[in-house]
Amino acid sequence: MAVTLNVNGASRTSPAAPDTPLLYILRNDLNLNAAKYGCGFGQCGACTVMIDGTATRSCITPASQVGAKAVTTLEGLGTIARPHALQKAFIDEQAAQCGYCVAGAMMTAKALLDKNAKPNEKEIRGALSGNLCRCGTHNRIVRAIQRASGQEVTA
Amino acid sequence: MNARDNSMFGAASNQVADESFSLPRRRFFKKSGALAVAFSLAPSLLNAQAARPALPGSLNNFRKLDSWLAINADGTVAFFSGKVELGQGITTALTQIVADELDIDMARIRFVSGDTDRTPDEGVTAGSLSIQQSGTALRFAAAEVRALLLAAAAQKLGAPAESLQVADGTVSSASGGKATYWELSGSVPLGREATPGVKPKTAAQHKVVGKSVPRRDIPAKVTGGEAYVQDMRLPGMVFGRVVRPPSLTAKLQSVDEAAARAMPGVVAVIRDGSFLAVAAEREEQAIAARYALSQSAKWDVPAALPPMGPALFAHMKTQRSTDSVVGKKDNPQAAATAVKTLKAEYTRPFQSHGSIGPSCAVAQWKDGKVTIWTHSQGVFQLRGDLVKVLKVPAANINCIHKEGSGCYGHNGADDVGLDAALVARATNGRPVKLQWMREDEFGWEPYGSAMVMNMSAGLDANGKIVDYTHELWSHTHSTRPYDPDGSNLLAGWHLATPVPMGPAKNIPQPSGGSDRNAVPYYTFPQQKVINHMLMDMPIRVSALRTLGAYANLFAAESFMDELAEAAGADPVEFRLRHLTDPRARAVLEKVAADANWKTGDKHRGVSFSRYKNIGCYVAAIVDIEIDRASGKLSVPRIAMVGDVGLIVNPDGIINQLEGGAIQSTSWTLGEQVSYDNRQILTKSWSDYPVLTYAEVPKVKTTLINRPSDPSLGVGEGSQGPVVAAIANAFARSSGKRLRDLPLAPARVKALLA
Repeated sequence: MAVTLNVNGASRTSPAAPDTPLLYILRNDLNLNAAKYGCGFGQCGACTVMIDGTATRSCITPASQVGAKAVTTLEGLGTIARPHALQKAFIDEQAAQCGYCVAGAMMTAKALLDKNAKPNEKEIRGALSGNLCRCGTHNRIVRAIQRASGQEVTA
Repeated sequence: MNARDNSMFGAASNQVADESFSLPRRRFFKKSGALAVAFSLAPSLLNAQAARPALPGSLNNFRKLDSWLAINADGTVAFFSGKVELGQGITTALTQIVADELDIDMARIRFVSGDTDRTPDEGVTAGSLSIQQSGTALRFAAAEVRALLLAAAAQKLGAPAESLQVADGTVSSASGGKATYWELSGSVPLGREATPGVKPKTAAQHKVVGKSVPRRDIPAKVTGGEAYVQDMRLPGMVFGRVVRPPSLTAKLQSVDEAAARAMPGVVAVIRDGSFLAVAAEREEQAIAARYALSQSAKWDVPAALPPMGPALFAHMKTQRSTDSVVGKKDNPQAAATAVKTLKAEYTRPFQSHGSIGPSCAVAQWKDGKVTIWTHSQGVFQLRGDLVKVLKVPAANINCIHKEGSGCYGHNGADDVGLDAALVARATNGRPVKLQWMREDEFGWEPYGSAMVMNMSAGLDANGKIVDYTHELWSHTHSTRPYDPDGSNLLAGWHLATPVPMGPAKNIPQPSGGSDRNAVPYYTFPQQKVINHMLMDMPIRVSALRTLGAYANLFAAESFMDELAEAAGADPVEFRLRHLTDPRARAVLEKVAADANWKTGDKHRGVSFSRYKNIGCYVAAIVDIEIDRASGKLSVPRIAMVGDVGLIVNPDGIINQLEGGAIQSTSWTLGEQVSYDNRQILTKSWSDYPVLTYAEVPKVKTTLINRPSDPSLGVGEGSQGPVVAAIANAFARSSGKRLRDLPLAPARVKALLA
């Protein structure tokens, strides 16, 4: 048994069983670090990736449901050397403490910005309602998203 | 800071560890390719060597310069710190200190932190002490290394050392001669003891200290780089999971191990007493096998848990305790002038660290030696308890720090290190990555203890407090590893031959554990603190950020407002009436001015504390909104002023104080662990809601810089002021006072009905 997925624009194959949650394939077969295990129930958002542009909890999404849809992880945005505008904004705002939740929050933000280029502060906070942060970095993360979307930083 | 402070918190254990470490432990010191044999001395032993002069910070315990720094021929500089990155930015701040003292660019600096084979043992990274202990040691060690390098350069260049200039490690003389640290390092051996009296740079000479230098760890974290122990991958690695008992005292009766062994990918099933675990080729296979084992396991689960809800606090007062009186001042004459007496009881439930990433470790055995990659806050302390449980000498255990999710104190980080080591014993040398499931973390992390505080005070005719008592009941706030009388690693308690924990211990004043910040920082003529530390632990507890200070300050600073009201005084003015320390007065006065505090303001509250009474100063003013229909409280804004002495990284400090304020708001408005008489019921985020992005307050933090005062840690400075300011804001806004945490909707609604 094997599954084939379209991840960050490339076709990737994993020996996993088709009912395997996408998260473990990304982390353990494709060596992608960004999506994190946090709760396994879709409650915390640490595992968030985009599937066909929609922010999705990879810990409760079986590979078989993904099929040929486009999976985008944080690694698909940019690198340390060539960061995406969203990544650069997170660095500029120093929008992390431990950072464990940040990759998930950034993918939620990316999906939001792709649909709504200039979300207001309330819309940003609303979009992130399913992403938990425990260090108390919420306001910096909102500011980074405002900055990435070229808006005034108000959070 | 002296060795006693170094032992703070868990390490803690130093205070009581004299017997078990009365002899020097021989170990290898390997760094930067060089290999040397060094002797690691327990701080207590060093203290006994009274003839040796005191050195600053942790340098006093690890006195050789090469314990801290290496100048490498390749143009890099390495520093070694026993303190570890927890997402608080410490490695960046320490880099700033080293860069300034040595006059080198930060980009040249590498660091090794928290490695039992390579770094000094600076105890646990806890108690907001890393800048004071490790930062101070590095500052003085680097200042001395710079002087030694300059002396060597002076000789080489034939110019007096005072006349030389340094720019990014290149030393220049007035006549144009040049020598670099990297060339000179060969002739400047650092295996020598630091000398007392070295003068580090003054604040005016700092170039990067005091600046908001970007954190070094953030770029990897926002691009999917390998940043955490959870991200480690080793050749041949398998995945482990544990099946924990339903409760601390539950016993495994039976389990179908054979069925689990037959599942796809399963490499090993480990059963030792009531410790049950599995390893599999793939992570999802380990999770499936864990689930199968948990379904077939039969446990004997005694009804051993205390009552929940209000009955808990009456119950706690009947339990076996060690009692002490601290902070006592007697002045019966003044106390007799009281014309009004107030009493009130405040409570706090068990609360969870709730790390977003469940605890994780990687372990590998080779030739009877084990290496454990861990996000423990104290790798040496973890190793100390692993020696007892694994029954191998310390020399055969290497614990290496690798970042994990934010911990906010003692979570499952150490326990999972032992779990991984036990599982890796059964995988024939293949490394094991073992992460707890969410329910393991919620169910087994040691919580912040429930507490009950009885306050009483007398006011004289002038509205001054003349008599004050703070009496508290609490479990211990430190059951970190390295207890001299037992082991504090979870799995060890459940083995067929268990390694149980020792008796509960309190961290002594002035820092205090359960009684942290119970001794008033205000000046009262007569006062006492009575600490009843409960000796039994039916629910597992340990250090949660601020230890007892959060609850003690909730009580004490709420009570200050109750007393101010009884005295007919403004809460800011009433506090100033009793505060003598000018730095304390300054933060309170500044926050009142910045937030435009007015005596008649209804929907806001104020509070102040100096963390541990010896740490940073923080005052907070909080605005509150009450939804009377639902009982839901919200905190739209918090204003804070902090005085942390010399500021190393302003943005890092603001990030910590703001994060602490938001976390404290979340604890305060809704958090409590639930359980029945047999087991913990909090298993997922739906059982333990925390504040979301839409609910967190906006926070404005202002710092008062005191360049000529020592830097004070900040990680735990804001939680106490914020909880009490919220409670005070609610009381001023509603006219009714809540004395039980959390200030949750059902409670608010009932009070306002």
